[in-house]
Amino acid sequence: MDRPFIVDEPDKERFRLNRRVLVDPEILEMEHRRIFDRCWIYLGHDSEIPGNGDFRTRNVAGRPVLLVRDAEGGVRAFLNTCRHRGTMVCREREGNRTRFTCLYHGWTYDNRGTLTHVPGEEAYGGAFDKADFSLTEVPALEEYRGFRFVHFGDDPEPLADYLAGAKEYLDLVVDQSPSARLEIVSGTQEYDIRANWKLLVENSFDDYHLHATHSTYLEYMKDSGVSVRLPKGLMMPAPGVGRSLGNGHAVVDNVNFRGRPVAAWIPLYGEEAKPEIEAIRAELVARLGEERARRVADTNRNLVVFPNLVINDGSAVTVRTFWPTAVDRMRVTAWALGPVEESETSRARRLDSFLTFYGPGGLATPDDVEALELVQGGLATWRETEWSEISRGMNKTGEQLNTDELHLRTFWRRWNALMTGGDPA
Amino acid sequence: MTAAPIDAVRREDVEALFFEEAALLDAWRLDDWLGLLTDDARYLVPPNDVPDGDPRDTLFTIADDIRRIRGRVKRLNSAEAHAESPRSRTRRMVSNVRIVERAGDELVAEANFIVYRFRRDERIGEYVGRYRYRLRSTGEGLRIAERRAVLDCEELGGLGSVSFIL
Ligand code: FES
Ligand SMILES: [Fe+2]
Repeated sequence: MDRPFIVDEPDKERFRLNRRVLVDPEILEMEHRRIFDRCWIYLGHDSEIPGNGDFRTRNVAGRPVLLVRDAEGGVRAFLNTCRHRGTMVCREREGNRTRFTCLYHGWTYDNRGTLTHVPGEEAYGGAFDKADFSLTEVPALEEYRGFRFVHFGDDPEPLADYLAGAKEYLDLVVDQSPSARLEIVSGTQEYDIRANWKLLVENSFDDYHLHATHSTYLEYMKDSGVSVRLPKGLMMPAPGVGRSLGNGHAVVDNVNFRGRPVAAWIPLYGEEAKPEIEAIRAELVARLGEERARRVADTNRNLVVFPNLVINDGSAVTVRTFWPTAVDRMRVTAWALGPVEESETSRARRLDSFLTFYGPGGLATPDDVEALELVQGGLATWRETEWSEISRGMNKTGEQLNTDELHLRTFWRRWNALMTGGDPA
Repeated sequence: MTAAPIDAVRREDVEALFFEEAALLDAWRLDDWLGLLTDDARYLVPPNDVPDGDPRDTLFTIADDIRRIRGRVKRLNSAEAHAESPRSRTRRMVSNVRIVERAGDELVAEANFIVYRFRRDERIGEYVGRYRYRLRSTGEGLRIAERRAVLDCEELGGLGSVSFIL
């Protein structure tokens, strides 16, 4: 009989992951049906299609999807495939259109998906009705505060229920904008990692690795005048906790030490940035009160929305999603998110702050990529070295540190429940 | 030595600088490479989908000021820069060099590049694109005030990271 995917024994303070789940192509096949077709999957942010007729094409949950703001301003998502014989109808990454014409035989759809023109229509029989051939919309499309998700399964629960405790953490991101409006900044980072996608879920909020993997980043921050000394008993320069948010979502919620464009100054931002950051902070306090303002400005939060959306609300706000192109390979897409009313100088500071750590050219992310690829390389031994160890923090009750692994276990428990058909905890 | 007038700079001078730079980078002589930069130099790799963007309003792959360039070199000189430890082997081809603008003590020059990168598991990546440099005539000769490496690929995809100096 197959061995279990996870061994979860709280009474023995033991949590182990069967390495097969990171290596076996059969597992990936199962994940498509049991994870990605049964969860809300992040598609994009409404700010990416601000005007009527704006569109973006994306690959989401293995399908080409066309995200459109139609002529009336409604947001729609179509499967990007012609109802005639299947051709991808839109070939551009983004743009603005009132109609989409299929290159193959010229069927034309408007931006509500209605088939408006069929060349040589008279050759079809009387039963042919253009109204039956609108572009197919995704089965379910919902948004929470501008974050838009699709669901390909039957009978999805409302997105707001699905997001559970993750909603509060999305609210904390949105609170950075005085008008509660954020936008995806121009410029996309798209790169592959030769590793199983679930390793990036872990890595995105695995604070235990910061010190070993990112010592050169920490050194750079130290040189710039930020204290990176570890307080007694901690593996991070500032304290933080790991939390389960329900439905497999989880977060690390940390006291900031490395600066926040909204709104915690560090020397890297330069003396000249001080007044503006103070003003941003004063606005937060006036609007949200002292306590909430401190929560927004003085904590960093790395949020995983199950299964494959990561929002790192730290030295900038990164929105990152990833898709397994093979069991040992993923395509990562990352964007920067910022308040719409941000000044030119604040926006520039945000982007600069993003790049110090994040992205394929950052001072830290490439080392994460290296770590994950070395994990995947090592896992070729999975038949001999069956189990990975994920039990940090299980020896204590109550609050768990960011460098414990409760949040990783939260992901894996949900993943296991969906994969094995058990009760999704 | 006084700075040569910008009009006196010939294409061969620019090529010599580019070839010298490529040799230093391929040899990982990064501290020497820093010596080719001005004290206010910038190093830019725009995102693949906005190759002509401005780093002040567009998320780049790399947008370093001189402080982060120096930090990047310090990092890459360390064995703890895991993405480049062991280091990639690179081989750069720089060609089609043209001077496209001259103003004050600076000129703008463009070139095409292919950087072959080899690392582990016989992995080969070809980083293909164009450079756009702002070069300044200084008392020490021609120096790099800005280098912008624009990749032709539409996403980094299989190239993965840009963890070396492109
Ligand atoms: S496949 Fe689109 S018109 Fe024929
Ligand atoms: Fe990391």
